[in-house]
Parts: sequence; structure tokens; C-alpha cells
Amino acid sequence: MNMRKLAAGLAGIMMLLASGAAHAGGELQLYNWGNYTNPDLLAKFEKETGIKVTVTDYDSNSTALAKIKAGGHGFDMVVPSASHVKIFIEEGLVIESRPDQMSNFKNVAPEWRNPFFDPGRRYSVPWQWGTVGMVVDTDVYKGDINTSAIVFDPPAELVGKINIAPEMLDIMNTAMMYVGSEPCSTDKAALKKARDVLVAAKPKWLSMDYGLVEKMPRGDYAAAIYWNGAAMRARLAKSSIRYGYPREGYTVWMDNAMVLKDAKNVENAKLFQNFVMDPENAALISSFAKYANGISGSEKFMPEEMATAPEVIVPDEFKSMGVFPPACSKEANDYYTAIWTELTK
Amino acid sequence: MNILSMKPKTFSLRYQPGFTIIALACFFMLYAPIVTLVIYSFNAGKYISIWEGFSLQWYVSAWNNEIVQDATIRSLVLALQASLYSTVLATMAALGTTRIRPFRGLTAIYAMINQPLMVPEIVTAVALLILFAMIKVATGVQGLFYLVAAHTAFCIPFAYLPIRARLEGMDLTLETAAADLYATPWMTFRRVTLPLMWPGIIAGAMLAFVISLDDIVITEFVKSAGQETLPTYMLGQLRRIITPEINAISTVLLAISLLVVSFFFVVSHKRD
Amino acid sequence: MTSSSNNDPSVFAEQLAVRRHWLLCAPALTVLFLAASGPLLIVLVYSFLESGEYGGVVWKPSVDAWFRVVFQRDIFDDTLSLADAHLKILWRSMRLSFFTTITTLILGFPTAYFIATRPQNSRNIWLFMVTVPFWTNLLIRTFAIMEVIRNEGMINTLLIFIGVIDAPVQMMNTDFAIMVGMTYVYLPLMVLPLYAAMERLDFSLVEAAYDLYATRLKVLWRVIIPLVRPGVVAGSILVFIPALGAFVTPRVLGGGKKMMLGNLIELQFGAGRNWPLGAALSITLLAVVMVALLVYVRTVQKNAELQR
Repeated sequence: MNMRKLAAGLAGIMMLLASGAAHAGGELQLYNWGNYTNPDLLAKFEKETGIKVTVTDYDSNSTALAKIKAGGHGFDMVVPSASHVKIFIEEGLVIESRPDQMSNFKNVAPEWRNPFFDPGRRYSVPWQWGTVGMVVDTDVYKGDINTSAIVFDPPAELVGKINIAPEMLDIMNTAMMYVGSEPCSTDKAALKKARDVLVAAKPKWLSMDYGLVEKMPRGDYAAAIYWNGAAMRARLAKSSIRYGYPREGYTVWMDNAMVLKDAKNVENAKLFQNFVMDPENAALISSFAKYANGISGSEKFMPEEMATAPEVIVPDEFKSMGVFPPACSKEANDYYTAIWTELTK
Repeated sequence: MNILSMKPKTFSLRYQPGFTIIALACFFMLYAPIVTLVIYSFNAGKYISIWEGFSLQWYVSAWNNEIVQDATIRSLVLALQASLYSTVLATMAALGTTRIRPFRGLTAIYAMINQPLMVPEIVTAVALLILFAMIKVATGVQGLFYLVAAHTAFCIPFAYLPIRARLEGMDLTLETAAADLYATPWMTFRRVTLPLMWPGIIAGAMLAFVISLDDIVITEFVKSAGQETLPTYMLGQLRRIITPEINAISTVLLAISLLVVSFFFVVSHKRD
Repeated sequence: MTSSSNNDPSVFAEQLAVRRHWLLCAPALTVLFLAASGPLLIVLVYSFLESGEYGGVVWKPSVDAWFRVVFQRDIFDDTLSLADAHLKILWRSMRLSFFTTITTLILGFPTAYFIATRPQNSRNIWLFMVTVPFWTNLLIRTFAIMEVIRNEGMINTLLIFIGVIDAPVQMMNTDFAIMVGMTYVYLPLMVLPLYAAMERLDFSLVEAAYDLYATRLKVLWRVIIPLVRPGVVAGSILVFIPALGAFVTPRVLGGGKKMMLGNLIELQFGAGRNWPLGAALSITLLAVVMVALLVYVRTVQKNAELQR
């Protein structure tokens, strides 16, 4: 009993010390993907509100989820992908901050106002969104690039010159669509087909790695399945590089900013949510990380090269082929993991 | 070049054929990647492997990047603390596990000390995440303390092994002689044992320091808000793009370490 | 604590000594228990629980994870077989780590010897020179190695320039690249303990051997190596075990097409959302390492006794 009292007393003192050290002008602890937050955006926010934002990085949705779930992390906001937004909501890790009632909500593009992962946008605001498609050097291969066959059944010119993004969910989902099924399906016949396609294709790949923006222009490989923003950067470095939207179906993703349940600076976090829905501020996000943001009117604040990029603006003819994968069920995820393990053993 | 041609004119006890060549080749191998790294820190282009001319822009941008500076300083502070604590603990443990006939429990002590080596980092990381999160939630205490504790723990075996290797089979007669001359145990330790152990301690401390400075996975899982270290910052960059800014920071760190070397060199020469 | 031992002063002195030695170890053991071994118990417990829907665990006992370490149920025809993927990855990891240990030993031994035979006051400088590259961090170092071994990298450019080869040799994205990377990364872990053991090498024994007309090779093999054996053991352990769990090097230099154990475990804790399986795989790795270590230490001890 005494021990417990002592511990509580000590904890109290420690907390006092800790809070005394905090910023008086208000602060915000943002937990975001690495190299994803424009410092100018934070500077602008601090100038307007006096709130100092500290960014800490993560490198995968699962790391972020694991840390937030464990608790005691000290973060106020997190920016998970759509596939994980639902998990954060279901597990009760975020608060209903009601972005839909914020003054800047009017700027959110109509198609992003009622996403399936957060109906009515009661929790999350758009950060950035993009697609996963084919990146091809047209100097090497001149045929049709709007098909996943580029990586799953590559033409002779590309054999041994292919890179696969090391992201299990994106690759498995694309493969499932390639064999005529859908993301996160538990249809065994389709899973078997997808596995066979992947296992047969693997010897024709060079690597499963990040770093396309640098490696592709310098000619390490000539085709890849990768994210669209990186594809645009690669094209700017080497003009023969093109981005293809697989007609068998490609995946669309979106990262969304949410306020955590154990946040210490809830009001500041809400202010920040509203702040990033302003077109000018959203444009700052995009011009740094090179993906679209889902805020109408932000295009005119973006650099010229982005506002017209075919990698960022999905051409009308391909719009219907984009699929937003849900959070996979445990069963589907287990199948995916088993196939992925077999593929990379 | 004269090291290479250092053929024994008179018969040398220490000479072993080919050793010097291999050693120098080793040093070459160690430094070749470092040289490219330094070269690309002066790249005018955006990438760490496509040379586009000379520029200091990445040094300027690193200098202006508050996040990077914070992370670098945090990494150094962490490594200094962790290597200091772990070396002291490891030295004591090394003294405690040598110079005595094997006693019951010794094997268990060995196993426990070396345990951080035997588990992949990711496992320790997840385990520490869970444990520390419980403590943080229960007490509300945040701070660098958790990272220091985690780093100290996994640095202990790295510090311990060289020190023990040094102590094992060390000549006990000197200690006994000192005791025979009525030196107190503390005096014996200060004047006899410690000086003999010193090279092992230096090697252990250096290892612990670089191991801590290098750690990615455990830090990534244990860090709280605002506790980015240089490696975790880089891990975040890995997914998107890595700019020569990182090379610039690394070059500065290298320069600092070389300064330390020169300092030691001067000091050790003065003493002679 | 029998009465007879209390009466015998020499036994009593020895008991005191043992106690003193325990006390010396106590602080290190405490820290290790709190921040390394203790948390590992959590992992052990987790391996016997059910996996949570989105990672984490459900507090229901289950041996499913352990079952999956060894067996796999074919997802398509439900037949049961040995988990060939897991075994393959384990075998690959052990093989690569073993060769890495051998290479670092071959390179590290002469290097440590070279340093240990420098004049007293320059030894620490050389030693420091070994650790200097490690002030940059693992990731940037791995990227730097990539610059050296890639197709347009330093080695290929040099070889083509000299005319040894016409077309670049593909080194990136192979097992060879992983080994080069790991050898580079773990070399200091071999050199430092070796140095610590060699530094106190008693050259009068070497002299005695030469007086008995031993050749240089014999001196190396029969005198020097046995004397520095603890350093060899320490170095090999320090290299082999971290190499087994290596994680960054296989991904960056190996091109990520083939996993090593570290990657497999990370997959389970990450995208695979199966923490119990990750935990069970970790404990398996731990067991493998323990057995290897035991066999290794026993063999070394036996050899040492034989030579005595």
C-alpha cells in the first residue's frame, strides 16, 4: 500500500516536471510518415496560431498502429492510410473530432467527403492520396503499359529489369485484381491463381525495393509497380518514363489525419485538421511529397509540373478501374502473408 | 608505402606473412564506401548517386534543418550515456565472471548477459514497446530515460565480451603480489587490475558507442513523441527518397570522430 | 550452508569470493532483466496466445502459432506439410551468417594482429580507425556499399577500366551482396574482441617456439591462435548472432527478393498481423542460437583441453 502511494506521489512530481517543460505557447505532437510533412506547412501553422508542431516519423502503418495501441506514446495526431483508418476507429484509438463541421470542410473535394473508411468524415481529414501503378521506361519497352502484365507476365524486353514495391498489401491486391478477383478476397481459387502468377513471375524480377526515384532514371531497372508520385519524380529526371494504370484494376490509397484518444493537445490538433483543409495549405503538403490531396482549389497553389501531371491527375478513361482496398479480414490477411512468405522464401 | 615493404631485416617475432597486406586491404575496404559517401555529400544534384557537380547546398540545408540537428544531437547524447553506463556495468560483470573457479550460476549469468545478442532486434523492440508503454501509461513519466535504459541493456554484451576476453587468463600473480605488499583491494584494483584491463575497456566502450549510435529497430519502437534519432529519421526517409543531406550529416559526424582521434593522438604523444 | 563448510576457512573464503562475484554482476543483471530478458517473457507468453484481428494478441491460450512454425496447412487442398518456407529461410540465414563469420574472421584476424603489433601509443588510434566508419549509421553505410558494388559502381567501373571485364558483373541484389554488406557491417565486432585478446599476447612464448625451430605458420597455428582463442570465440559470437537476425542489409543490398529470419519475424509483427507467430519464430531462433552457442563453446573448450 505504502509503496503504491509512494509511486503515485513520485509519478505526480514527475508529471509536474514534465508539464513544466512543455511549450507555453501550445504544442502539437504529430506522428506521420517519414519525409512526408512540409516544414513550411508547420512554420505557417506556427505563425498563424503560435502552436509549435513537432513531427516524429514512422515507416509503416503497422508500426504506427502497434505504438498507438500500446499507449503512453505522447502523440496527438496520426496520419494512417485508408486501410488502417477503419482499424484506428474500430479499436477506439481516435476521437470523433468532427471535421465535417469545421469551417474549411467546404474545400474537401466532393468525392472525398464520404469515403467508405470514414463515412461522413467524422474522424479524419484528407492528407494525400495516390495510386499504385506501372512505371515503365518507354525507351526499353514501347508496348501497352496500362496492364499489370508488365510485372506479372512481363514482355521479353523487360525480363530481369523489374522492381516490385516491397509492400505486401499493395502487391497482393493488384495481383488479385490481375487474376480477375478483388482485393482482400478469400476465394481460394483466385488466391491460388494469384500465387501461381507471382511465383512464376518472380524469377523475372530484379528486386523488391524502395528508391525508384533514383534507381529508375539511372537505369537500374526499366519497369516497376510503384506509387504514382514517385513515378512523376522519375519522369522529371528521365523523360522516357511513363506511368500506366492497369486496366485489370489498380489500388488507390489515401492517408488521413486523425486526432488520438489519448492526445494532450486535442484543441490544437483540431485546429490543425481544419488548417490542412485550406487549399493553400493542402497545396504545401502536395508540393513537398508530390501526391494529390483531395482539397478542391489547391491545384492553383501547386507547382505547374504537378497540376498537370498525368501521374497525379487520373485520366478519365482509367478512373473506373481504381479500387480502394478495404482493411483485409484476418483470414484474407493470413492467406496474403502465407503467399508472400512463400514468394520471398 | 614503407609499411608494405616492412620486411623483417632482422628476425621479427611479430611478423606473420601477408597479415599486413590483409590488414591494409581491410582498412581500404572499410574506407572505400565512406569516401564515396563523402564525395556525394558535395553533390549539386538531388540524389545520392547521380553526380551533378560540386555544391555545398546539402550542408547548408542540413544546417538549417532543425529536425536533423535535433536528431543528431539526441543520437550522440544517447550513445554517450548508453556506452558509459553499459561499459561500467559490463566491467563489473566481467570482473565478477572471471578470476575465479567456475561457480554455480555462472552459466546462467553468461546466458543472461549475452541474451540481447541472441534475439533479433525486432523481438526485443516489440517486447520493450509493450512493457514501457505499460509503465508510461501507469506513471505518466515520459523522457529519454526509456531509450537510455533500452540502449544500455543491449550494449552490455558488446562492452562485456572484449573486456572479458582481456581479463580471461590475465596474470593473477600481479594482483596477488600487490595484496602481499599490503595494498588494499581498492588500491590493487586501481593500480594493477584496471590498467591491465584498460585496452579491453576501451574496445568495449567504443563498440557500445557505435552500436548505440547505429540502432534503428529498438529505437523506432521505444521512442516517444519528439524523440527522433538520426537512424530512425533516416528510416522514415528510406521509403520516399534519400537526399545527399544525409551524406552531409554523416560527413560532419565523421569529421567529429576524426577530430576525437587526433585529440587522443596528441594527448597520448604528449604523455610519452 | 552446511555447518561443516562454515568450519573450513578455505571453503568459507571461497563462498565469500563467490558472493562478491555475484554482487559485481548484480547491477548488469538487473538492467538486463528489466530491459532485455524480462520483456522477453512477454514474447514467450505471446507465443501461446491467439492472434488479434489487427495485430496484437487476444488473451486466449493457443498453440496455433507453434504449430505454424513447423507445419503449414496448404491453403488450397488443406494437406499438412512441413513449413518448407520457414525452414528454407532459417537455413539460408544460418548459411549466410556462417560464411559472414568466416570472412570477418579471415579479414579481422590479421587486422587485429596488425593493430596489436603497432607501437603502444598508436594502437588506440588504429583501433579507433576501425570504428570511424561506424559513426555514420547503418543505413547510410549500406547505401554507400551499394555505390561500390552496383553495376555502375566503383568496382565494376574500375574492372572495366583496367579491362578485366567487358560488361559489369551483377553483384547487387544477390546473396553475395548480402554477404559483402554483412561482412562490412560486422567487421569491427570481430576486430575489437580479437584485438583485446591479442594485445596481451606474451611474445616470449612465441620466442620460445622459434627457439625450438617452429615455422611461422606453426607458431601462428600452435601458439598464437590458441592463446587468443577467447577473442576468437567472442568475435565469432558477436558476428554470427546479429547476422542471423540481420534485417536492413538483406533488404537494401539483397534487393528484398529473399527474406532472412529477421525479415520473416518483422513481417509477422508488421503487415502479417500475427504477433504470436512472430513471437514463436523468435523463440525458435533463440533456441537455435543457444544450441549453436553451446556446441561451439563446448568444442572450443574441448580443443583447448586437448592442446594443454
